[in-house]
Amino acid sequence: MAEVKLFRAWSSPFPLRIVWALEVKGIEYDMIYEDLSNKSSMLLQYNPVYKKVPVLLHKGKPISESLVILEYIEETWKSKTPSLLPGDPYQRAMARFWAKFGDDKILPLIWEAFIKQGKDQEEALIAAHENLKYLEVELRGKKFLGGETVGFADLTFGWLANLVSVFEEIAGVTLIDHEKFPLLLTWMKNFMDAPKIRETWPPRDKLINHFRALRETLIAKEPK
Amino acid sequence: MANSSCSDVKVLGAWPSPFVTRVRIALNIKSVKYEFLEEALGSKSQLLLQSNPVYKKIPVLIHGGKPISESLIIVQYIDEVWSSGPSILPSDPYDRAIERFWAAYVDDKIFPSMKLINTAQGEEKAAIVEQVTEGLVLLEEAFQKSSKGKAFFGGDRIGFLDIAFGSMLGWLRAIEKMGGVKLLDEAKTPGLVQWAESLCADGAVKGIIPDTEKLVEFAKILVKMKGVPLGKN
Repeated sequence: MAEVKLFRAWSSPFPLRIVWALEVKGIEYDMIYEDLSNKSSMLLQYNPVYKKVPVLLHKGKPISESLVILEYIEETWKSKTPSLLPGDPYQRAMARFWAKFGDDKILPLIWEAFIKQGKDQEEALIAAHENLKYLEVELRGKKFLGGETVGFADLTFGWLANLVSVFEEIAGVTLIDHEKFPLLLTWMKNFMDAPKIRETWPPRDKLINHFRALRETLIAKEPK
Repeated sequence: MANSSCSDVKVLGAWPSPFVTRVRIALNIKSVKYEFLEEALGSKSQLLLQSNPVYKKIPVLIHGGKPISESLIIVQYIDEVWSSGPSILPSDPYDRAIERFWAAYVDDKIFPSMKLINTAQGEEKAAIVEQVTEGLVLLEEAFQKSSKGKAFFGGDRIGFLDIAFGSMLGWLRAIEKMGGVKLLDEAKTPGLVQWAESLCADGAVKGIIPDTEKLVEFAKILVKMKGVPLGKN
């Protein structure tokens, strides 16, 4: 029984970051799958504030919020390589900046573009592209945002590699096109092929079914 | 890295911004001298646009010509660079995680709701006040656990969460005054009431958190200008 447990939902991108971090650093852990429509009393006990996944349980102590958990993993298992964050404080600040930027300015907009239709979808996509441009520039001359190996910011953007093509297939719209974002698409491919990342990829057909059903539910709820 | 010359460290900011306050408190804790470049209300300097092209917002710390944005990221940078000074984050990874968690909670839940109190009315206002109060009760519990009977979240000295939440005290008081509401009170959040006093009296904080009256006047100006965001970083 590992001293590390991770509460996750199989399809959610946030716990997946933690799975990747633990795998990449070779940390042993037990996975506990949650049904988000029927949350366990354990989850509610360990994350009473948000009641969400991921929650990392280490020696019985819970940590919530994916970016907080990533920092915790990096600091607790210092000797386990590769490091997720560089040593230089300025580079660390940059990695944290891009990670937060992704969560605040890209993920919500791509999600909007996926679940909305018509004008709402168009506007979300335009806004997403405006922000993705910064990421495209940042990727110049780099294999990963972390350099030669996957790092903190790469893990937080990993959902792009995982979910964008799924969203595109379901919604029938191009979210990230080859002409505008060649470096980003290359990065997505490199991320998917990185050691330890591929093995933990949720099955694509399951993702398609799950997010298609979710999208239909959300669209049905929209006021006409 | 010990002493930097004043010109080495610049802060782009504005006095009313609680996010800028965070950076200044952190630099004070480390006894770092810096040049404060005040942004004028309603306009953004070339330096700001150049230094933070992604968000075009304050605060920005410019250290040796290199810009860093996002207040909590800046505070962590300050802690890491001036490592010989008093620590801002605790040393234990779990304690650090707890402080980061609650700092993010302040930014994601407390401050956005607090701002809404200004413009809300009637039932909606009461509901928001209740929401904020509940959030503050959670912070009170976190404070009791984290401080272990000492004055601050960080213990004997001001730390990361003290800075993250403490920076909001100016606006919290102003919003209490403008809205005729009580957010921190002896009954529900006794620890935080005491904490707030200790924090504002601390050497690193004195003079940085703006006067309640000044902020109330400033809020009126913002309303007249319409659409200028309230202290967002």
